Amino acid sequence: MLELVIFSTLNGVVYGLLLFMLSSGLTLIFSMMGVLNFAHASMFMLGAYFSYQVGKLVGFWPALVLAPLLVGLIGAGVERYGLRHVHRHGHVPELLFTFGLAYLIEEIVVMGWGRNPIENRVPATLDFPLFTLFTTSYPAYKAFMMAVSIGMFVALYLVLKRTRIGLIIQAALTHPSTVAMLGHNVPQVFMRVFAAGTALAALAGVIGGFALLTTPNMAAALGPIVFVVVVIGGLGSLGGALIASLAIGIMQTFAVALDVSLLDLLRHAGVAIGRESALFELASIKIAQAAPMIPYVLLVLMLIVRPKGLLGTRET
Amino acid sequence: MLRVRDLHAFYGKSHILQGVSFDVRPGEIVSLLGRNGVGRSTTIKAIMGDVPPRGSIIFRSEEIVGLRPHEIARRGLGYVPENRDIFPGLTVRENLILGMKSTKQTGRWSFEDMFEMFPLLRERADTMGGVLSGGEQQMLTICRTLMGDPDLIMIDEPTEGLAPKMVDLVAGLLEQIARRGISILLVEQKLTIALRIGTRLYVMGHGRIVFEGTPDDLKANAAVRKEWLEV
Ligand SMILES: Nc1ncnc2c1ncn2[C@@H]1O[C@H](COP(=O)(O)OP(=O)(O)OP(=O)(O)O)[C@@H](O)[C@H]1O
Ligand SMILES: [Mg+2]
Repeated sequence: MLELVIFSTLNGVVYGLLLFMLSSGLTLIFSMMGVLNFAHASMFMLGAYFSYQVGKLVGFWPALVLAPLLVGLIGAGVERYGLRHVHRHGHVPELLFTFGLAYLIEEIVVMGWGRNPIENRVPATLDFPLFTLFTTSYPAYKAFMMAVSIGMFVALYLVLKRTRIGLIIQAALTHPSTVAMLGHNVPQVFMRVFAAGTALAALAGVIGGFALLTTPNMAAALGPIVFVVVVIGGLGSLGGALIASLAIGIMQTFAVALDVSLLDLLRHAGVAIGRESALFELASIKIAQAAPMIPYVLLVLMLIVRPKGLLGTRET
Repeated sequence: MLRVRDLHAFYGKSHILQGVSFDVRPGEIVSLLGRNGVGRSTTIKAIMGDVPPRGSIIFRSEEIVGLRPHEIARRGLGYVPENRDIFPGLTVRENLILGMKSTKQTGRWSFEDMFEMFPLLRERADTMGGVLSGGEQQMLTICRTLMGDPDLIMIDEPTEGLAPKMVDLVAGLLEQIARRGISILLVEQKLTIALRIGTRLYVMGHGRIVFEGTPDDLKANAAVRKEWLEV
């Protein structure tokens, strides 16, 4: 049991930090444009595919840096030549634009790499058990994922709070026209934030590519969960995104690991539900089977109880 | 320095500025007066490119109509918005840093200058801008714009809602700014400081300039005051 708790916690934190790498960019981009970028998880997927492709040419370590940079450039292009123009026509066209972009990227990935999962392997240097506790060994690449995500979080925090460009970003989120009239090129700042957010998503894709299956569906699979994180944390709030990422990461990991059903739990408590009961079918569903529902249940509850999210400042 | 000719501006279909023309010469303090809603704020917003202008705006012999706000600011035009539009979640120091257009401060003004003019800002350098009093916030917005080293500074209703003591402080600051060779375009509703420190003044009515002269000219002209200024 202790073994299960320790490893589920570790896995949950790794997954949560991965979610945070995605949600931090998404929430920053939301604060700027006021619109959720549906193509954000697609950039995550591109990160995984690019690192695989670039890795084949130059090896994993250069690819770890190059893939996010390439995707970041694509992000800059998308903002500069796409979104910025669509933005003038309002939020709905903007939303539809990112929606279309997500499908476009998926089709491009299918064309380039096919529908089946690619062999996106953990590099040999990271493919060893870091330590073994009880009977389970902990792979080194997961520790690496954790280190990269924490490093990224610290870097993001320092840039936002301690640098001049960070100040400009913070001020431009709430007072864009005042910032412009002090002589700062706000559209350019926004483009850079968009590119950086995209690059972060891609970095998450590079390191997440090992843990998750690299397929053209990975964007569609993870995208909704990232939205849930951002809404629960509070749109525009980085702190909220961190808390929600970790919470959902840990909850989902634990739920998957729990091979019990409501029926089992009730039996422990001395309540028995017979086969003939109408509730039997429902109660015998294993918690692990219900795990994918957890984020969405939380989303619905959060929107009813506290629409602005944990640390958000505006209504969604 | 600044030469505005036949300036027009619209909000949607409503024609707010209907051919405004005026000049600000080097070192002058020029006031733009008028009642509520005549288009004084719109005039400076149009000059900054925040509201799309039509007509001609020449700043230091260059046409600036069509440039974007940050490009106009970088040419040396400073703007202090009405309502003390500080960044409330940032500290006083951070607000001042945001006024600077580059990392190095090479212009006429330094942090030290600001803190000497307003010892209060030094004491409060690390407090959030949002908790300052109205008068302190007004000082901060002016200082923030000065940190960008403008050659001409346009200030929208700096004395609005301030206690008389604060009004005197603002007037003193404007005179100090002018002494450093910076031209000032001051938008005001009340006559008080415009008559005291202004070199010249314009009165606006219905989107046009209706009077131009010195403070003494206006003092002597009761008809203009009655028709366009008094409420
Ligand atoms: N964003 C806007 N959209 C539509 N109309 C506006 C807008 N801003 C101002 N107006 C209108 O334009 C006119 C001029 O406004 P402006 O702010 O220039 O006035 P003002 O002379 O500065 O007066 P005051 O600051 O006392 O309101 C007013 O009638 C106002 O109602
Ligand atoms: Mg006004």
